[in-house]
Amino acid sequence: MQDTLDRITANPKFLEFVAMRSTYSIIMAIVSAAAYYGFILLVAFNKEFLAQKIGEGYTMSIGVPIGVSVIVFTILLTWIYVRRANTEFDAINEALIKEAQK
Amino acid sequence: MNKFTQIIAGLLAMAVAGGAIAAGADLGQTAKQATNWTAIVMFAIFVGGTLYITKWAASQTKSAADFYTGGGGITGFQNGLAIAGDYMSAASFLGISGLVFANGFDGLIFSIGWLVGWPVITFLMAERLRNLGKFTFADVASYRFAQTPVRIFAASASLVIVAFYMIAQMVGAGQLIKVLFGMEYMYAEILVGIVMMMYVLFGGMTATTWVQIIKACMLLAGATFMAVSVLLQFGLSPEALFTKAVEVHSKHDALMSPGALIKDPISAISVGMALMFGTAGLPHILMRFFTVPNAKEARKSVAWATTWIGYFYILTFIIGFGAITNLIQNPGDFYVGGELAKGLKGGGNMAAVHLAKAVGGDLFLGFISAVAFATILAVVAGLTLSGASAVSHDLYASVFAKGCTSEQELRVSKITTVCLGVLAVVLGIAFEKENVAYMVMLAFVIACSSNFPVLFMSVLWKNCTTRGAVVGGFVGLASAVVLTVGSASVWEAVMGNPKGSAWFPYNSAAIFSMSAAFFTIWLVSILDNSAQAQKERALYPSQQLRSETGLGASGASGH
Repeated sequence: MQDTLDRITANPKFLEFVAMRSTYSIIMAIVSAAAYYGFILLVAFNKEFLAQKIGEGYTMSIGVPIGVSVIVFTILLTWIYVRRANTEFDAINEALIKEAQK
Repeated sequence: MNKFTQIIAGLLAMAVAGGAIAAGADLGQTAKQATNWTAIVMFAIFVGGTLYITKWAASQTKSAADFYTGGGGITGFQNGLAIAGDYMSAASFLGISGLVFANGFDGLIFSIGWLVGWPVITFLMAERLRNLGKFTFADVASYRFAQTPVRIFAASASLVIVAFYMIAQMVGAGQLIKVLFGMEYMYAEILVGIVMMMYVLFGGMTATTWVQIIKACMLLAGATFMAVSVLLQFGLSPEALFTKAVEVHSKHDALMSPGALIKDPISAISVGMALMFGTAGLPHILMRFFTVPNAKEARKSVAWATTWIGYFYILTFIIGFGAITNLIQNPGDFYVGGELAKGLKGGGNMAAVHLAKAVGGDLFLGFISAVAFATILAVVAGLTLSGASAVSHDLYASVFAKGCTSEQELRVSKITTVCLGVLAVVLGIAFEKENVAYMVMLAFVIACSSNFPVLFMSVLWKNCTTRGAVVGGFVGLASAVVLTVGSASVWEAVMGNPKGSAWFPYNSAAIFSMSAAFFTIWLVSILDNSAQAQKERALYPSQQLRSETGLGASGASGH
């Protein structure tokens, strides 16, 4: 077991993989935070923008579709990450472990 | 399990008696409504069904591992529903739809805030938690650290968070049941306490999870039915719904724009931080990551949880507007004395409940009332289980009685469950007349300033040491509590100091207390050159390997 661990840690492909995956998750976290804080800062600083109507003669304000989009975007982002992690990343991970166990 | 059946019979008898007493009581108390038999019968069916599941779960719960994690055999989809169930509390269902009913758009801003913590957990924590942990999040935080100090910290922070969250739920439960079922506050508290203890005591995590899943399905189905009924009234056109709402609501067009919910940018960012990172520090949410067999399922659970919670918040927005169009035009049925000026019967949080009656009659009202009660029960059960595992696993088995057997550990968790259950009932009764609105927010602020920074730094920062994590965690915990006490919502609204005397000017302490925690962890760790610290840094690569690959991760302790 210790052998396997040492071999994985020594494998440059492992370090590369870990770095790549960490960068990806941090970028995704920043994107989701940006979407949320973008919305909150609009609420704090530019209420008029959110209050304007979606079109002539409409009651619905532009804030409603934007708000709902933030929710939908958050859900989509989560699924995009999980899809990639559960297929591509897990496959690389498994290959690395197999390689070290040889 | 004869005893078990007897307790159930006793409970049902008590519920009926409680209702009967309530029916005979005078109607002087404004909040209390006539005994709602449909709701009581539906709730009794729910309790009967879930206790039956508990009986089955009890036969599966033999070891400490079964008690904490349900044997690790829950799928990602099931766990996602359970997590969503933990998160969709009665407070968020009734509170957010009530907020939309009163202020329109502001309710949407609020609900978005409650959703944003989930991507953070998915991207940064889920798989590392699963790979490093076993029963509690302290397993993760203390992986390469000195066990005793880290676990004492983790257990203290968890218990403080659980206590505040629990008081808010218990007081909410009592008030709600008073309105919905027409039952005395005290009976309601005791009933919640006993049923919840039975779930946890006999069925452990398996029962707690299944209760949560059933309740989540009922809540999602009920909310979907309400939202669709509302939209059907307007030919499935949200625009027509909004137009009607703006026409009948006293705020008119202001319903469609952001109002006074956010008063200054610092408060806005601070509240956002508490919600975003607090979720990743709530012990009753974190423990759910150890019930799935591997990291793949852990990720799937958060994705499902995010989906259900997001969907649910969109529904509550429609429900809030549906309440505006349905209730305001029928003040005779839904308002105190039939007058708009006197407010909704049972208070502003009852908007969704009244809408249930408007769109689905008494039967559906009974269903939604039962779901609201079930929600509180399930959330309180989850909180109790996480408090019990903090005591039995982190304090007893890892600090005070190292090397104890699984049976001994299990016994301690059951004793703790009873203690926490009694404490919950006592606190719920003691805080009946208190203003507890700030408590859930406080729990989030503490979580994002103590558990989250410690977890994050111990897993992701190589140079973090025991000393840094523990000192920083306690600094975050203390500053979160002290600053919250100094804010208007506690200093003025709860402690009765004159208006304007609050010495902490913002809505939420998170931006300061969380920064203080991270800074202290960093500073103390950097200055820590002890032999222990060197050893801990040297262990980082092996921790990283396990957290990234899952090699050596605690597997599903199935049968």
